[in-house]
Amino acid sequence: MASKLSMYVEMVRIRFLMMLAYRTNYYSGILIYSINIGAYYFLWQAIYGGQESIQDLSIVQMTTYIAIAWMARAFYFNNIDREISQEIQDGKVAVEMIRPYNYLGMKTMQGLGEGLFRLLFFSVPGMAIVWLVFPISFSNDLSIWGLFFVSLLFSFIVNTQINLITGILTFFLLYNTGLIRAKRVVIDLFSGLLLPISFYPLWAQDIMSFLPFQAISYIPSMIFTEGFTGGEVYSAILLQLMWSVILFIPIQLLWIAAKRQLIVQGG
Amino acid sequence: MFYVSIFFQYASQYLKTRMSYRADLVVELFSDLLFQAVNLIFILVVFGHTTFLSGWSREEIIFIYGFFLVPYAVFSSFFNIWDFNERYIVKGEMDRVLTRPIHSLFQIIIERMELESMFGVITGVAIMFYAGSELGLTLSWYDPFMFIMMVIGGSLIYAGIFIILASISFWSDSRTDIMPMMYNIGNYGRYPVDIYNQVIRYMLTWILPFAFVGVYPAAFFLGREEWYGYAFFTPVMGLIFITMSVFFWNAGVKRYRGAGN
Repeated sequence: MASKLSMYVEMVRIRFLMMLAYRTNYYSGILIYSINIGAYYFLWQAIYGGQESIQDLSIVQMTTYIAIAWMARAFYFNNIDREISQEIQDGKVAVEMIRPYNYLGMKTMQGLGEGLFRLLFFSVPGMAIVWLVFPISFSNDLSIWGLFFVSLLFSFIVNTQINLITGILTFFLLYNTGLIRAKRVVIDLFSGLLLPISFYPLWAQDIMSFLPFQAISYIPSMIFTEGFTGGEVYSAILLQLMWSVILFIPIQLLWIAAKRQLIVQGG
Repeated sequence: MFYVSIFFQYASQYLKTRMSYRADLVVELFSDLLFQAVNLIFILVVFGHTTFLSGWSREEIIFIYGFFLVPYAVFSSFFNIWDFNERYIVKGEMDRVLTRPIHSLFQIIIERMELESMFGVITGVAIMFYAGSELGLTLSWYDPFMFIMMVIGGSLIYAGIFIILASISFWSDSRTDIMPMMYNIGNYGRYPVDIYNQVIRYMLTWILPFAFVGVYPAAFFLGREEWYGYAFFTPVMGLIFITMSVFFWNAGVKRYRGAGN
């Protein structure tokens, strides 16, 4: 058991170090995110116009929301769906399956290594830059920070689970780039990255409340900007926990079916 | 003539390969549509909370977005060169391209085209017609011609910027992530430039002129006379940028020595 655990920790470490080798990519990444945040900053300035607040969020809270949503994305975002899909197409997955670890667990750990790298080398310096340029308010309440990091961890779990599902589907679709792209667009919209969910019309909010996507971006961002207060925070984190558990079911079912379905395309 | 026939041969080959993974093609078209819808939904939701954006109404903003989709679709169908560095320089594919009897840039364009992106033209025009009818815009006989001119201008600006970026690979063969950054900057051009501060406005007009792909030409069709000067300049900007980019490309090719082997 202990050796199993240390093996997974090792996977996180290796991926982290691999990312370190491609550092330049992530410096330019900081710039890309800053540009994105900048565009939305000006847009929201114009949208607010003279208004004091929209849906209980002030303009400063909104700017903070946008900034934190993008910076959190650096942590939870990963390409393991594309990696799984590629390994299935290359036939590598057959070899991976006979190795002494859980394939999906390994992919998750690699995603975590990537996320930790981006959090340290990308989100932290990125936030510093954005904070210098745009008016952003950081809470000085330590418990807010703590709750934010807990919900950020759940963002990673839920997003990774959705990526695993998308990746495994390659077994059945054989070719998967379209679905991967569609999934990315859906997550950007329904997770609250571009717009807080509370801005949507009520009927749309009702639909989204039945979907796991808001657990990815909306909840951590609202916690950080203190758009959620008191009990709201805890029930939001509980919702994230619930989705993390529920999403295990389709993953396991798909994985069992996939092993039966295994067609190696070449390789 | 030779170039035209080569183009059509590549295009028909391309369609054959795409048809072999038909299910994925359908999902891809759907995801494109979804992608276009996301920005529209953004506009719609935002205008649920405000009536004007620096004096521009909801339908005007939608119209600008619809226009933007058209040159963007043309650009992404034919100038899919964002991975030029990796694919052609690092992997040495450029050596093969240079042995072909047609211009190297043209060769790469026809190899990498993604014709299904052209569906964006339909979405864009549909959005423009919807917004235009809401605004009570009328069509003049010269509007279609102006539209084509402006779309060509906008596409050439996009193409020019991305060809120049690809040409940088001839000088520095390390991987850079400038391309995705440029895609993000391109999105700035979709909204009225008067919402940004002076520096960004200047940059979007004269240095990375993405404003000419969205708001400026759209302003012509919206009858916003204060922007006409810029609007008419769109095709000129397009010609300037594409000329510059071909010049850069040729200079780069001359300098290119091949990678590895």
